Amino acid sequence: MSFINYMAREINCKIVYYGPGLCGKTTNLQYIYERTNPDAKGKMISLATETDRTLFFDFLPLALGEIRGFKTRFHLYTVPGQVFYDASRKLILKGVDGVVFVADSQTGRIEANQESVENLRTNLAEQGYSLDKVPYVVQYNKRDLPEIATVEELREMLNPTNVPDFEGVARTGVGVFDTLKAVAKLVLTELRKGGP
Amino acid sequence: MVNPQMVMYEEEFNQIQNVVDRLVKDANAKVVFIVDKNGQLIAASGDVDNLDTTSLASLTAGNIAATGGMAKLLKENEFATQFHEGEKANIHIQLVGNRVILVVIFDSKSSLGLVRLRVRKASEELNHIFEALLKKVQEPGADSPFAEITDEDIDNLFND
Repeated sequence: MSFINYMAREINCKIVYYGPGLCGKTTNLQYIYERTNPDAKGKMISLATETDRTLFFDFLPLALGEIRGFKTRFHLYTVPGQVFYDASRKLILKGVDGVVFVADSQTGRIEANQESVENLRTNLAEQGYSLDKVPYVVQYNKRDLPEIATVEELREMLNPTNVPDFEGVARTGVGVFDTLKAVAKLVLTELRKGGP
Repeated sequence: MVNPQMVMYEEEFNQIQNVVDRLVKDANAKVVFIVDKNGQLIAASGDVDNLDTTSLASLTAGNIAATGGMAKLLKENEFATQFHEGEKANIHIQLVGNRVILVVIFDSKSSLGLVRLRVRKASEELNHIFEALLKKVQEPGADSPFAEITDEDIDNLFND
């Protein structure tokens, strides 16, 4: 649910990065944080365990520029990927405007990806959203590793509806901004359709 | 769209800002701010210059969401009030009308009793304002300023 503030002439949108544990959601946000101009970003917050596993969420506020005199602000969140943190994942999806699914391309993680995308569908439905309607993009991450599935295989399993998808190496930034831009565009396009 | 979109107009913003400004004085608080349940900052007052209100807003909403999750497991509707006591600063968090969150940060110049008293009064006022705002947003004819944006407008955002 975006927030339009006529007084501050701002529009705020919430984007959630979803995916199985260790797929690179936090790494996506870290790369965006490192490569963004200081005046366009706020502090990045990570609620993580001592071993740097996301416990509740990561949060990064970004300002993308103006559209028709309105500042566009995007709040990026990640969910904890580990299966047993499902209660937290549900909370973070509340009020979401767009979703990025980060898939782990390694062949050993195929089931984890499928389980996570199903979990995303279920949790969105609980909030009254449909994965087929919400602005949604997919990133096939870790393309630099050996023993990975082909993009065609991943696409068939994880992206049957052919939403925009990207190959990524989040550690070095490959595909990170393409993914962000694609979901931001879909969110803004949805705003044009929707209205209050 | 599942939820009605959150929209803030000048008239209601000024009313809300008035309540928040007054609460800072009445409660002897350092900072008062209002956040929606999704973590968007709506209004703030007091000594906000040295404070990362964006981060605080998001964490407050996360906190309320987590507490709401616990309430559900205990078959409670909500835990509407939270209080965190620090060595120097204290935070009082109040859910208003199950819609927005009123946060008061105060130090030893105030007391929990005073804050609670003033928050109760401010909550009632805020509840009325947000109810009226919600009605206004749901009225037909309140067009989004984004109804007429073009693909080009959107593309221009990314030309850097």
